[in-house]
Amino acid sequence: MNMLNALNNALDLAMSKHPHMCILGEDVGFFGGVFRITKDLQKKYGEDRVFNTPLTEQGIIGFANGLAATGIPVIAEIQFADYMFPAFDQLVNETAKYRYRTGGEFNVGALTVRSPYGGGIAGGLYHSQSPEAYYAHTPGLKIVIPRDPYQAKGLLLSAISDPNPVLFFEPKKLYRTSKSDVLDTYYSLPLGVADIIQTGTDITIVAWGAQVEVIQKAAKMALEQDNISIELIDLRSILPWDIQTVTDSVKKTGRLIINHEAPITNGFGSEIAATVQLECFLSLEAPIMRVCGLDIPFPFCHEKEYLPDHLKTYEMIKRSMRY
Amino acid sequence: MKNTINHTTHIITHTLKPITTDALSIETLSLLKTNGSLYPEAVCPTIDQKTAVKIYHTMQFIRLLDDRMQACQRQGRISFYMQCLGEEAAVTGSAAGLHQQDMIFAQYREQAALHYRGFTLQQFMNQLFSNQLDLGKGRQMPVHYGSADLNYMTISSPLATQIPQASGYAYGQRLRKDPYCTLCYFGEGAASEGDFHAGLNMAAVHQAPVIFFCRNNGYAISTPTYEQFIGDGIASRGIGYGIDTLRVDGNDVLAVYAATQYARNHAMTQHKPFLIEAINYRSAAHSTSDDPIGYRTKEEEKKFSTNNAFYRYETFLIQKNWIDLKEEIERTEQIKQDILTDVKRAEKIEKPIIDQMIEDVYDKPTTQLFNQLDDLKKHIQHYPELYSHVH
Ligand SMILES: Cc1ncc(C[n+]2csc(CCOP(=O)(O)OP(=O)(O)O)c2C)c(N)n1
Repeated sequence: MNMLNALNNALDLAMSKHPHMCILGEDVGFFGGVFRITKDLQKKYGEDRVFNTPLTEQGIIGFANGLAATGIPVIAEIQFADYMFPAFDQLVNETAKYRYRTGGEFNVGALTVRSPYGGGIAGGLYHSQSPEAYYAHTPGLKIVIPRDPYQAKGLLLSAISDPNPVLFFEPKKLYRTSKSDVLDTYYSLPLGVADIIQTGTDITIVAWGAQVEVIQKAAKMALEQDNISIELIDLRSILPWDIQTVTDSVKKTGRLIINHEAPITNGFGSEIAATVQLECFLSLEAPIMRVCGLDIPFPFCHEKEYLPDHLKTYEMIKRSMRY
Repeated sequence: MKNTINHTTHIITHTLKPITTDALSIETLSLLKTNGSLYPEAVCPTIDQKTAVKIYHTMQFIRLLDDRMQACQRQGRISFYMQCLGEEAAVTGSAAGLHQQDMIFAQYREQAALHYRGFTLQQFMNQLFSNQLDLGKGRQMPVHYGSADLNYMTISSPLATQIPQASGYAYGQRLRKDPYCTLCYFGEGAASEGDFHAGLNMAAVHQAPVIFFCRNNGYAISTPTYEQFIGDGIASRGIGYGIDTLRVDGNDVLAVYAATQYARNHAMTQHKPFLIEAINYRSAAHSTSDDPIGYRTKEEEKKFSTNNAFYRYETFLIQKNWIDLKEEIERTEQIKQDILTDVKRAEKIEKPIIDQMIEDVYDKPTTQLFNQLDDLKKHIQHYPELYSHVH
């Protein structure tokens, strides 16, 4: 199954489980969304539960906040993560603070916001951004990013049933290309728990979403060419993140590289590095290093040069080992 | 009597009677019949032969360019394209109703306005192929054109953001006493964004000489207008914000031209915004990433596309004896040739050098950006065949 099918399947299962659950967003109705993730769901569950909204992201999230406050599970789709910003106020000031502000009288835990993010599709400035760090600065939100179809389905089902609002960012570059065996039946994967996808002894590399493939490729190169043994961690949840798994790994390997697509300055890698240096100071054999996007808007014609690809990661592995 | 505190009209009534949504009936201005002659009671706007023919040639060029570049995308030579088809009359007619120095803020489907201003075939191609000569330095996806010389603000993909900006720009023009105004294009879908409402309200309150030009083409990607808004189109919104408004047949170049001239005069003499809603049909797909078969029928497309604005106007010009059809057929062939030749030229030109990646983030690159560029160049030297050439 590819990621589109896996997500569609997860939504279908959740919709059949919750009698009032709604899916709303731009073009998600009859058409099934510009990436066709909600394909056929309107036909199956009706126009009251799966519907196109007017073209207003602040409206979509505001409306979804209100709907979620009734307790009805809501999936709000934002067509591209680059277009979530009109809803920034609703997300940061409302979604994130609903429970806290009302002393627990009300909450919007029934809300899940889905949005395709990231580069690799020749999308230029406004169809490529990775905005997770903006939201990671906001207590009250959970942030989840899957790496493949199997993960996408299990994590999305957990996000929907989690009693907190979740931002679910989908690596759109992998929608069609990433394939895995996915069960047709309901299953869930835990939020807030990282996944060690390869064990190793020399160095730890952390990434999420589409970059997991990249670090896998780099690790393979480093093993084949330099016999370096690498532990690879897919963080999966950005907020809250699994400090234990990462620090346990770094205590073992003594080295850490973080890879993300977003610009390096104030990306989520900074947070990981700060925490790891505190927890693992005495185990570190090299400074914590980051392979990230440049501090520039995401460029169209220099996408390849901008991206923190496997070669940049491989070079950084050697640098860390040489240190 | 005006109640100045609440800024409402003070007409007291003692019976409860709500204003129903059908209280307004907004008409659509149409001057040209589909057979190219004027309606008997229609007043033709004053237009000279040169302007009239320039409008025609702009529409002709854009139709050919769109057709060719759509094909180029299909061949994988460019990554993306958006056609203006079905709206070329609305866009060209409105651009022609402006002064060359008036500012234009567009959405993305208004290449005809840019060509009317003088953006050349070569300039279009350089942007579409993101080569070194692109004014935007290859940074944006195809069709995100812009030109300071031509007073055409560079396109930004996030919808509706240009609307309040147009209000602010126009306010600046008034403050400086420039004899110019601003025109802002947007789709009926974008008019659902908060920025649309903010932009209209601010222009009205601050008396900005801006013309809001809505291209109501029936669809926002797959979303039809009946799922986009309830009520009488976008025109009704203008009135709610205290903005004088006109609705025009967007397939009637002359009606659009007349409406824009009127709006410009209104904006300049009264220092007030104006709203025009042009009724159109998006005849092509939303973009090359879209296939309308998923949400509308071929029959529907045929029905709305028969009312073809280009041929309607062409017939008008022939009746006036302002163009010669034989010459135009030759001209069409020549343009097709020129486009083919220029595709080959533009795709051979190299893309911008990587040093330009860090330019324009700020007025000057920061030390940190220079360091990042250095690291990148060093990295590329290890794998020179895998990245862009480093100069
Ligand atoms: C803020 C924002 N949300 C969503 C999108 C994705 N998007 C691009 S074009 C489009 C439809 C726009 O429709 P309309 O304004 O009617 O213009 P048209 O394409 O019909 O000319 C959408 C949803 C975007 N570019 N920006």
